[in-house]
Amino acid sequence: MPSDTETRATVGFFATCLVDLFRPSVGFAAARLIERAGYRVVVPRAQSCCGQPGYNSGDRDAARRAARRAVAVFEGFEHVVAPSGSCAAMFVHHFPDLLSDDAGWEGRARALAGKTCELVDFLARVAGWRPEAAPPAAGSITYHDSCAGLRELGIREQPRALIAAAGAPELREMEGPDICCGFGGTFCVKYPAISEAMADKKIDAIEATGADTVVGGDLGCLLHIEGRLSRRGSAVGTSHVAELLAAGSGDGMGGD
Amino acid sequence: MHADSARFPDNVTAARRDPMLLGALQRLQRDARAGRAEVIARLPEFEALRDAAREIRNGALANLAANLERFEENVIANGGAVHWCRDAAEAGAAVTRICREAGARTVAKGKSMVSEEIALNAALLGAGFDVVETDLGEYVLQLRDETPSHIVIPAIHLTKDQFAETFRDAHDALPEDRSLEEARAITDEARGALRDVFLRADVGITGANFLIAETGSVVIVTNEGNGDLAQSLPRTHIVVTGIEKALGTVEEALTLVRVLARSATGQEISAYTTFATGARRADDAAGPEAFHVVLVDNGRSDLLGGPKREILRCIRCGACQTVCPVYGAVGGHAYGAVYAGPVGSVLTPALSGLETAKHLPEASSFCGACEAVCPVRIPLPRLLRLWRQDAFQAHLGPTALRWGLFAWSALTAWPGAYRAAGAIGGRVLRLLAMGRPRLARLPFAGKWTGGRDLPVPEGGTFVGQWHRRRGK
Repeated sequence: MPSDTETRATVGFFATCLVDLFRPSVGFAAARLIERAGYRVVVPRAQSCCGQPGYNSGDRDAARRAARRAVAVFEGFEHVVAPSGSCAAMFVHHFPDLLSDDAGWEGRARALAGKTCELVDFLARVAGWRPEAAPPAAGSITYHDSCAGLRELGIREQPRALIAAAGAPELREMEGPDICCGFGGTFCVKYPAISEAMADKKIDAIEATGADTVVGGDLGCLLHIEGRLSRRGSAVGTSHVAELLAAGSGDGMGGD
Repeated sequence: MHADSARFPDNVTAARRDPMLLGALQRLQRDARAGRAEVIARLPEFEALRDAAREIRNGALANLAANLERFEENVIANGGAVHWCRDAAEAGAAVTRICREAGARTVAKGKSMVSEEIALNAALLGAGFDVVETDLGEYVLQLRDETPSHIVIPAIHLTKDQFAETFRDAHDALPEDRSLEEARAITDEARGALRDVFLRADVGITGANFLIAETGSVVIVTNEGNGDLAQSLPRTHIVVTGIEKALGTVEEALTLVRVLARSATGQEISAYTTFATGARRADDAAGPEAFHVVLVDNGRSDLLGGPKREILRCIRCGACQTVCPVYGAVGGHAYGAVYAGPVGSVLTPALSGLETAKHLPEASSFCGACEAVCPVRIPLPRLLRLWRQDAFQAHLGPTALRWGLFAWSALTAWPGAYRAAGAIGGRVLRLLAMGRPRLARLPFAGKWTGGRDLPVPEGGTFVGQWHRRRGK
């Protein structure tokens, strides 16, 4: 592994709204992992949202504005990394589509798409990084594959490889780890009854594993699952994969 | 249940209170998941076949007009007739006219979703014909006055006991103490009741999985054999189908057959794949004397010329319904449309208008499970998103959402203000939570907190803290 001084390249870190506003500690954990993998992390102040709320609600113009802003803020970096499959998929797939009829922007969006990665995909595949220390014993975990990361970015083995390399804790696969938890952005408040039913199926599968913690790569899904677990009075905890991996490779730059 | 799309939110509430339905859906999805995985594991080239199937359907749509004309020429050469119908009314009238000219009393129907789309049974019953569905599921639905809730498993919302109960009510000439415990007993009873219908029928109506231009053949892919009886025993055979089904060659159909059953039911191939080519010839031992194909447009040409044309690749396998977690939570009837689930949420606004069907494209978490199983790789989430864009432009959504999006969009243009507002919101939530990690109730957030606690933000923002800690 390269040491912290042999910095290879600069990563522009896109925090995502939910990490920025709800769980800064996930952002710090993610940044620490990227640094551990040998990269310099830059967090542009000018970043805001990737545009998903507008894009998925049919407000294409608002999504295009968000896309152009993100392109302008992040196109100068060698790599761009986001701790979320759905936000990274906006950069990788949807910005080029949104800006496809905009001659001045299409090429820039494509260039940015080519160098943007979701966090664990970046660590495992691009950086070839493996955790050097096991996370502190945290009981057993189960892994939820978030939809956009899985189906738009092909993230399935990457987090499992990193967790396995860390040596612990024990990963117990649930039935249907790839089935949606029912979050879906605004979907969860447009159709709460359907969203909760989907969360219940997910939680039944989680609880059937007997795992202590459900781990995932998207904070939206995790907050949703956490909210429903808590309402059901479940003892199962939630953790972002960045927190899990960073717990074992710590240098005190954590969030709280 | 005769629900309609405009009442989707109410239909959802009703469906969630129906334990029999929810149990049936859970079994369907669990079994289908395992069945599909198994059948695909045995065919390593399945993904390549999906690519081939997509290209076949794309090519067929690109040559649709030519394929349809060639199909018609060959049907006529084989002694049949083709009837072109712009919409449901024209198609219903065409079938009614053919039945009348055939002097029909009894009409035996094979399974056909297009006939549901054009409400054919109502049209024929209204014209005085005795119409009987002969697919087991469709037969039970007809007895119960219900509509299909799934494209290939129309009565999936019913349990075996409900089948038995329906038969006890309908077949009142049979002994009351007969056992209908076993599925076999139920199918045997249906077989007995329907045998007479096949022999009595003057007209048989089927749908079509594919139309083949080079031969003028109509292909049906079935499991029960009722379609074969319906199209070969009566004097007149009428095929009712959508114009998008036309392919160029037999070869193309055979490739599509390879992905169809695997996607639909987890079978390698269905029990029957039958090619019907024209009316009975002089030296044929059996077959109908008259052969008619009723081609229904009903909005398909408009789709073909627009940005959602990819939905016309659909070969009606129902895999997107079976896998969809939203479908699995509410069942097909909640959609209030002929075609439920992801494919239906794309088709229905085109068939019945976006204003009526505006809820359907919203009823997706965009999880993408549908696209992941679609044998012809239709990008269903992308097409649903296009309908959301149309709805947004037409101001069909709630005003509050519109204002929310406007405020969000404006705020994100000013990252400093966006973050400051977020931090203030977080502080308010932390004050309300008084040290607890989650809020159980929050004014104006009932859509979330009705069923979920709201995790409270940690405090501050990541970007703000990062720059404070790391210096400038």
